[in-house]
Amino acid sequence: MRLESARGILGRLAVLIALLLVRAACADVLPDDRADLFYSKYSGGGMDITGYSALVRKKFTENFAVEGSYFIDKVSGASIDVLSQASQIKDERKQKTATVQYVHDKTTYTASYIESVERDYRSNTTSFSLKQDMFGDLTTLSLAFANTTDTVGENNGTAEVPIITWLGHAGSKSYDIDLSQILTKNFIAGVNFNVITDQGYLANPYRSVRFIDASNPNGYSLGGQVYPDTRTSTAVQIEGKYYLPYRAALTASYRWFRDTWSIVGNTYEIDYTHPISNVWILEGRFRYYKQNSANFYSDLFQYAGEYRFEGRDQDLAAQDNYTIGAKVTYAFLPDGWKMFKRATATFDVSRITFHYLDFRNIKDFGVKNGYKPGDEPLYQFNATVYQVYMSMFF
Amino acid sequence: MHRIRPALFAACVLMTAACSNIQPWVKPYERDRLADPIMAWDRDAISAAYLDHIRESREGSRGASGSAGGGCGCN
Amino acid sequence: MQSSKLLKRCALAALVMTAAAFAADAGGPAPAFTLTAVSGGQSGLSQYKGQVVMVNFWATWCGPCQQEMPLLDQMYKKYRPAGFTLIGVNVDKDAPPVKELLARKPVSFPVLLDPANQVSKSYHVDEMPSSVIIDRKGEIRYIHRGYRPGDENEYQDRIRQLIRE
Repeated sequence: MRLESARGILGRLAVLIALLLVRAACADVLPDDRADLFYSKYSGGGMDITGYSALVRKKFTENFAVEGSYFIDKVSGASIDVLSQASQIKDERKQKTATVQYVHDKTTYTASYIESVERDYRSNTTSFSLKQDMFGDLTTLSLAFANTTDTVGENNGTAEVPIITWLGHAGSKSYDIDLSQILTKNFIAGVNFNVITDQGYLANPYRSVRFIDASNPNGYSLGGQVYPDTRTSTAVQIEGKYYLPYRAALTASYRWFRDTWSIVGNTYEIDYTHPISNVWILEGRFRYYKQNSANFYSDLFQYAGEYRFEGRDQDLAAQDNYTIGAKVTYAFLPDGWKMFKRATATFDVSRITFHYLDFRNIKDFGVKNGYKPGDEPLYQFNATVYQVYMSMFF
Repeated sequence: MHRIRPALFAACVLMTAACSNIQPWVKPYERDRLADPIMAWDRDAISAAYLDHIRESREGSRGASGSAGGGCGCN
Repeated sequence: MQSSKLLKRCALAALVMTAAAFAADAGGPAPAFTLTAVSGGQSGLSQYKGQVVMVNFWATWCGPCQQEMPLLDQMYKKYRPAGFTLIGVNVDKDAPPVKELLARKPVSFPVLLDPANQVSKSYHVDEMPSSVIIDRKGEIRYIHRGYRPGDENEYQDRIRQLIRE
């Protein structure tokens, strides 16, 4: 079972992590040394995914820092669209990341390497980024590049006794330009621009298309997906953060996405952060996302091989989802103790409601309970994500 | 060509002036609010990356979800 | 021939512009000021006439500022007998966090409060922290912007030089 159903996620993760690493820092000064322990649980759509992670960061001189992290994802359950396997899925993904950062004058250079391994999927990403402060440190410009290579396989055995067939390779290149601008004493704005090009084996081998087939008691038969072997996407986000006079922060962002598979996605997010003295920080967020379907997607094709490219992966379907999240951070060592400068514990919960507009629930509904192919109810489900983590700063 | 030279010269001076004299309109001693940890783009990088990872697995969109900059601007 | 003349004029203009940016600060008389001290009472630059003075602009929310404080304290104790004094000018908008920080990490040099940022403006503070070194005659001799570990050696060199004058 492949835990990454979208191509080259690691590439974006690498760049995101690199960019996020420099976000929290004062311009031109490396962030504090830290150690983090992280636990998360995703529950929804028949799937349970638990993740554990540890991260350590250390400065070796005032200009040079190294960071390493280890992450394990464990998945169990049966997702709606994994129809070929009747039994429960159990799989594990292990990811290692190493990052180095160097600061000189007003420039920060970051390089990282991520390696992810699952039984049926391997991926590694190399990324570089550069961050420059200018115009009295009111403006920050970041450029980043990431290169990912994946090896995709399929488990034709069971969870206990796997039989892996390696199907192919995929490659991804990601380019980012970010500009952050302080506008007033209370307001900072940012623009992010990203382009990704993928090529190779881009499909999820565990998903199938379906087509009308009168000879089948279900009224339809399953077939293999055929994806294009290239994809180029562009995303632009604008965001702003405003300081409210009684000490709170309000953040709003909008992202527009478009790719060569004709998917157009719009993301809207709003966030409110409210600290209480030096010890508690409360945060609430709301996010809304909507996309149309890819040009080779269909929930039900008319016959086998109707089109040159065919897909029925959930990611490609027309959908919208909204997230409501809340987070509480408690500083149990707000002013430090011995070698710790600060230590915090955080609990974060998100509730996501997924709603598909042209993807039907054919796992629970069909001819057996009175639904003709194409008339089954549209799929929707809720997922809850819990995160618990502890951060210690040195 | 004779008319262009003074114009070029003026442009040169203006450009140099502009580059070296963009005075920050938010002075470094006025950056206390921006330096507040609640004004950081992402207080918790791992958590943000993880939530992004979940979204990317389910949605067709990807990329462009983070910024860098702000803070106290010290040094 | 014409284009090289143009180039020379451009270069000269650039030089003048850059020089102008610095000329406004070093080499002029240090603006006088009187501020309230953290410990109470009023204090100002005029009190220290005849001594070598370093005015250090800092804030509680500035990391590098806090990094250099203990080193500034050491420097103050070392050179004070030779006619040197260090004045910390804090630019926070509110006094309580400053008092709280100094209670946890005390320094022996005087700390004055500039919440209205008038003194910071008159000294053209354009980076945090900033250290302005003033000679015995009351003239600004050096301005140090920012702080990186190792800068305290530069401070000491300048101070020793001015003490000898």
